[in-house]
Amino acid sequence: MSRRSYEGVAVAVPVTVPYVRYSIRSAHWWLARCLADLLKASGLRKDDIDGLSVSSFTLAPDTAIGLTQHLGLSPRWLDHVPFGGASGVVALRRAARAVQAGDADVVACLAADTNHVDSFRLTLANFSQFARDAVYPYGAGGPNASFAFLTSYYMRTYGATREDFGKLCVAQRANALKFEHALFKKPLSMQEYLAARPIADPLRLFDCVMPCAGADGFLVLTEERAKSLKLPYARLLGTIERHNAFASDPVQMRAGWAIDQADLYAQAGVGPQDLDFVQTYDDYPVISLLQLEDLGFCAKGEGPAFIRKHTFTWDGSFPANTSGGQLSVGQAGAAGGSLGMVEALRQLTRQAEGRQVKDATLGLVSGFGMINFDRGLGSGAAILSC
Amino acid sequence: MLERPKRKNPVLRTRLPTLPPGGRSRIALGLTAAAALGRFELQQCRDCGTVQYPPREACQKCLSIRLDWKAQPQEGELLSDTVLHHSNDLFFRERLPWRLGLVKLDCGPTVVAHLHHRVAQPPGKVVVAAKLDRAGQAVLVALPDKEANMAEDRQLREFTCDPKFRKVLVTDGKTGAGQALVKALAAAGADLIWVGHSEPWKKFAGFEELKALPQVTLLPLDVTDSKNVREVAAEIGGKVDILVNNAEYHRAYGISNRSGVDTARAEMDVNYFGLLRLAQEFGPAMRGRGADGLASATAWVNLLSIYALANFPLHGTFSASKAAAHSLAQCLRAEMRPAGVRVINLFPGPLDDEWNQLLPPPKVAPGALANAVVKALREGVEDVYPGDVAQEWLARWRDNPKALEKELST
Repeated sequence: MSRRSYEGVAVAVPVTVPYVRYSIRSAHWWLARCLADLLKASGLRKDDIDGLSVSSFTLAPDTAIGLTQHLGLSPRWLDHVPFGGASGVVALRRAARAVQAGDADVVACLAADTNHVDSFRLTLANFSQFARDAVYPYGAGGPNASFAFLTSYYMRTYGATREDFGKLCVAQRANALKFEHALFKKPLSMQEYLAARPIADPLRLFDCVMPCAGADGFLVLTEERAKSLKLPYARLLGTIERHNAFASDPVQMRAGWAIDQADLYAQAGVGPQDLDFVQTYDDYPVISLLQLEDLGFCAKGEGPAFIRKHTFTWDGSFPANTSGGQLSVGQAGAAGGSLGMVEALRQLTRQAEGRQVKDATLGLVSGFGMINFDRGLGSGAAILSC
Repeated sequence: MLERPKRKNPVLRTRLPTLPPGGRSRIALGLTAAAALGRFELQQCRDCGTVQYPPREACQKCLSIRLDWKAQPQEGELLSDTVLHHSNDLFFRERLPWRLGLVKLDCGPTVVAHLHHRVAQPPGKVVVAAKLDRAGQAVLVALPDKEANMAEDRQLREFTCDPKFRKVLVTDGKTGAGQALVKALAAAGADLIWVGHSEPWKKFAGFEELKALPQVTLLPLDVTDSKNVREVAAEIGGKVDILVNNAEYHRAYGISNRSGVDTARAEMDVNYFGLLRLAQEFGPAMRGRGADGLASATAWVNLLSIYALANFPLHGTFSASKAAAHSLAQCLRAEMRPAGVRVINLFPGPLDDEWNQLLPPPKVAPGALANAVVKALREGVEDVYPGDVAQEWLARWRDNPKALEKELST
C-alpha cells in the first residue's frame, strides 16, 4: 500500500524559549513558557489547543498526561515522545496524521528540559538499563565515549581528519553568531577547535554539545486554519522514522536513514540535490557526517570529501544547521530534537533574520536519538517546503 | 612495571574511598555471579543459541525467555578505543586518563571494556574477561592475551588485590596451610607479613623456617582472646592491606558421637567468633584505607570450608561453625564494600591435615590452598573453591542443593 501524503497539513509558529546554561526551574516551567509563547505568537487561546505532544527527560516523574493538569489543558489528543533527538521528527509526523484525520485541530508540539547543576550526571546514571549495566560503570559519562569510538573508527576507516570535523563545528559557530538565542557568542577558529582540551580521544571540547536548559516548540494544524489565523507556515512533504536499524553492525557507521531515504524522497517528489538547506542532528560532528551520507548527499565514506567541497554556512554552499546547531546553541536535553525543526520553519517562513538562506523553499530536518548502549537507536527525517 | 610505592607520609590526608557506579539491573547480576568465581559467562538462548550482551530479559533474536549464563570464548577484535580525559563520576575522575575499548566478540556481541595498556591501537585481537571492580560488580576488561598481568596495569590494578608491595596479616602460622600461605605471599612480592601464633611460649614445627623469611614478623595472636585481638589491631591495624584469616578449629563427628558442647563451642569460638573479633577490630581501619594509593587496604580472605554450603554429618559441628562464619563473611562483605575492600571466601574441600585423616583423597595440599589464595588476589575473584572435592560439591550444590543434602546424609 502506498503511503498517504501529508496534504493539507501546516507546520507553523517556531518558538524558542531562550536557553540558559543552568536553571533552578523544573521542566514544567520551560514547557509552560513554550506553550505560552506559542499562544502569543499564534493568537490562539489555550482552549484552542486540543492536541498536545511533549518530549522531555527531566519532566519525570510526570509525563504528558500530568502536564495537562499542571498547565490546565484539556486536549482530546495527547502524545508523549521520550525519544531524545529523534523526538522532533517523530512528534511532527504523528501530529500531522492526527490533524489530517481530524482527531485534533491544533497540536502543540513541545520539547523542553531543565538543567540543574548536577542533573546531567544524574540523567546519565539512569539513562537506560543498558547504559546503567554496561556503559556507566566504565566511567564513560554519557555519550562522549560512544561517539569517541564512532569518530575514531570513522577516521580510521574512511580517512576523515580532525580538520574535517572541525570545519563543520567552525561553520556552525559562524551561523550561531547570527542567532540571538545561541549560548556561544564568540567566533570559533580552526586553531581553537584543534587545540581545545581533550575530552575522550579523539574528541575535544568543541566536538561535544554543552548541556543546558531550554525549550522549543511549534504548532501542527490544517492549512485552512493556518490561513484563517494568517500564520506563515510550511508544508510537510515527507517523513521517515526507524529504530534499532542495522542492529548486527558491529559498530554504528550508518543508521535508519540509509534504509528509508528512498521512501522519503519519493514521498516528497524531490531529490537531495533540490534541497536549499539541511538541519542535521549534531550532538557530535561525526553523526552529522553519517546523516549527510545516509540521506544521500554523498556516498558512504565520501563524507570527508563532501565536507572539503562545501562551506556549510547559511550564506555559502550547502547551508547546514543554520542557527548554529546544538554544538553552538547548546543542547537543552530533548529540546535538541526540535532545534533543527524550529530553525527549518524559520527559514521557510522567512523569519530567520540575519541568517536567512536566500530563496529557501525546500529544507530537510533530520533527527537522531537515544544512545541506549553503544549506538543511537532512533533516526528520522522530514522534508518541508513553503 | 609497577614501582614500589613511596613510604606514606602520616601527616598527609588519606584519600577517602570512592567506588565505580555499582547499580545493576537484576538480570545483569548474572555477569557478576560468574565473575565472582573467575568465569566469563554471557547470556545464551537455549532455543536459538544466540549470545547476547548487554543482558536482557528475553532473547533479542527469537524472544525466548529461556536464557542461560554460559561460558563463552573470550576472543574478540578491538574495533575502536578512546582515552577518557573527563568523567562525571568521582571514582574515574580521580583516576583519569582512563582507556576504554569497543570490542566485537567472536561469539557475537559488541561490548564496551576497560582496556589494558599493552593492547595495541585498533584493529587487533584481544581477550575479554569479566572481573569484579572495586564496587564488587562485574565489568569487562580487554587484555592483550590470556597471560596478561592485571596488577601491572595502572587501570586494571584497581580490580585486583595483588599482594605485591602490600602488607599482609596471616592469623595463624602454626598450621601447614598457614605456613604455605606465608611462603606463597612472600613469593608473590608482599612487603611485610605479620604471622600470628596463639601460644607464643611454644615453638611449633616450622617456626625457625618462617622466622628466617625476611618479610616475616611473628606476633602473638589468639583470635579467641578479645583483648589480644584489640591490642594487635591497635598496633598494626592501620597498616594491614590484606588480612588472611586462616585460624581454624576442627574436630570430627556430629551430634551423637560426643556429649556436651565444649568441642562445638571451641569450634565456634575460633571459626565464628574469631572472625567476628577480627572484623570488629581490623575492619574499621581497613575501611578507612580503601583508596590509600597503590598499596591501599584491598582484601580480606576467610578460610571457610565447602562444608559451609551443606552440612557434612561426619564433621557436623565443624560444618555448622563454618556455615556461621560464611554468613558472617557475607555481612563483612557488605560492610567492607563502601571502601572497595574485597572479601574473598575460600571453600576448600578437605585439607590434607591430621583432622581429615580418615577422609579419602583427593585432599587439598597446603601449597595448593596457598596458590589458590594468591591467584584469587591477583585475578580479582571473590569466591574460591580449591580442589576437586570442592569443585564437585559446588557443581552438585548449584545443580540441586536438596539433592546434595540427601546424598550427604546417607
